[in-house]
Amino acid sequence: MFPITFAVVAALWESYKVVGPQNGGKILGWKLLPRAGSREMPHVWDMVSRLARPENGPNSQTIGIVVAKAAFYSFRVALLAFVLGVLIGMVLAILMTRFKFVERALMPYLVISQTVPIVGIAPVLVFILAAWSRNLGDQKWIAASLLGAFLAFFPITIGGLRGLKSASPESIELMDSYAASWWKTLVKLRLPSAAPYVAPALRVAGAAAVVGVVVSEISVKINQGIGELVALYGQQATNDPAKLFTAVFGAAILGLVMSALVASMENLMLRSRPVTA
Amino acid sequence: MSAVEVAGVSKVFNLGTTDQVDALVDIDLTVERGEFVSLIGPSGCGKSTLLRLIADLIEPTSGAVLMNAKPAHQARLDQDYGMAFQQSGLFEWRNVQKNIELPLELKGWDKAKRRARSLEMLELVKLGQFAKHMPWQLSGGMQQRVAIARSLAANPPLLLMDEPFGALDEMTREHMQTELLRIRQETGTTIIFVTHSIPEAVYLSDRVVVMSPRPGRITAVVEVVLGSDRTEDTREDEKFYDRITEVREALRGAEMGSAALGIEDR
Repeated sequence: MFPITFAVVAALWESYKVVGPQNGGKILGWKLLPRAGSREMPHVWDMVSRLARPENGPNSQTIGIVVAKAAFYSFRVALLAFVLGVLIGMVLAILMTRFKFVERALMPYLVISQTVPIVGIAPVLVFILAAWSRNLGDQKWIAASLLGAFLAFFPITIGGLRGLKSASPESIELMDSYAASWWKTLVKLRLPSAAPYVAPALRVAGAAAVVGVVVSEISVKINQGIGELVALYGQQATNDPAKLFTAVFGAAILGLVMSALVASMENLMLRSRPVTA
Repeated sequence: MSAVEVAGVSKVFNLGTTDQVDALVDIDLTVERGEFVSLIGPSGCGKSTLLRLIADLIEPTSGAVLMNAKPAHQARLDQDYGMAFQQSGLFEWRNVQKNIELPLELKGWDKAKRRARSLEMLELVKLGQFAKHMPWQLSGGMQQRVAIARSLAANPPLLLMDEPFGALDEMTREHMQTELLRIRQETGTTIIFVTHSIPEAVYLSDRVVVMSPRPGRITAVVEVVLGSDRTEDTREDEKFYDRITEVREALRGAEMGSAALGIEDR
């Protein structure tokens, strides 16, 4: 299905270039229509062929390799962010299920945490991390990873909390009748009951981890990552417009790989469950 | 030594608040080993509460529950009873065999022993072919069989059942009742059975304990003398109908009694 939709998007792009106004256009007096010129909207084949040509000078690597490297770098950071986010999210959900007061005390802060703009916290976090580590230059990715986790944990906590509480009263009584400890009840009953709630939360968390990492790469200037590459190529877009789009491809592929990974996790978690909806 | 001894047990919910409820008042009940006792009464009479008190899932406000002369709490820790509910309560992520093995896992049995036992239990409830099926692939009656197999897996001397056939259609229900009697014959398990079906209580039980609500208490105990080898024909026996009438009248009397009490209270 994906190649077909890609072709459709490319076709729409090219046909707008044919019919669209070169200097942008107005709808009802508002400047809404984007410029269709090759500086603003390069041809799809230009973007693709740009991937095969060197990045800067004739002696530099082809841009495809540069973008792939950057995307892979960000993928690793985002994967760590995702794993951290899921772990933190589940631990919080378990604590809140175990102790009511933790839920009441913590929940408002968790909600607030998600409303703080990440571009705002990123430099603060780098500043804090710098206090621990002298040469943070090489380890700024830790900050990006933490910020990705900071966005990723929240859906997991919410989904996990709902899920851990979803076990029926009778099944809880059943575990009580076996004199099962709270821990045993968690492992044998509550966690498996939570799976259908956590699985969709994983998708949200996967996307959030990628967004968090890419945005904080720009915010704290991590040169190896795809986020900063998008920002850098954006500055060079006037001379080399197709270049910017190669980096956008890289970011898109990063997102796709992450979501494919999460989808297969989801399938693994929910195999042998009744088919619903 | 009795299988279960309930002595002077009362249970008050929300004690000291405005929505205080006297769920059970002054309950005395002795169940002998190997006996089948049903608890019957209208909703709110505390029959399920009584079952949960015996199971030590809730604590009595006053009085004591003994199981084989052991306090109920100790009996629960020792897993001296099995339990089955109206919703089969099978874990949907475990196949039939793994569901039956759950209590054995918690007891720390090793894998081979668990497997042997669960297959044995599946034979007992006549579901030998279904070990690897998932619960949601089975009918309601089959799920309930699995739940019974699970409750008996650790071979407890006592089985507590809370309206286990309440969600089944009438024909499946009657079939399950006959199956339960057979299983009881084969295992010699003592059974306490909560129901609100009069024929079910009479067909299954040695004694039917009739309860009434507000406050929950025992108003009558009907001895069902139908012998131990009951078959589908028992359901058409005249003595069966006599017992049904007796239980029905006891229930009606209990209702009128509580109405009278209501007037006295004012």
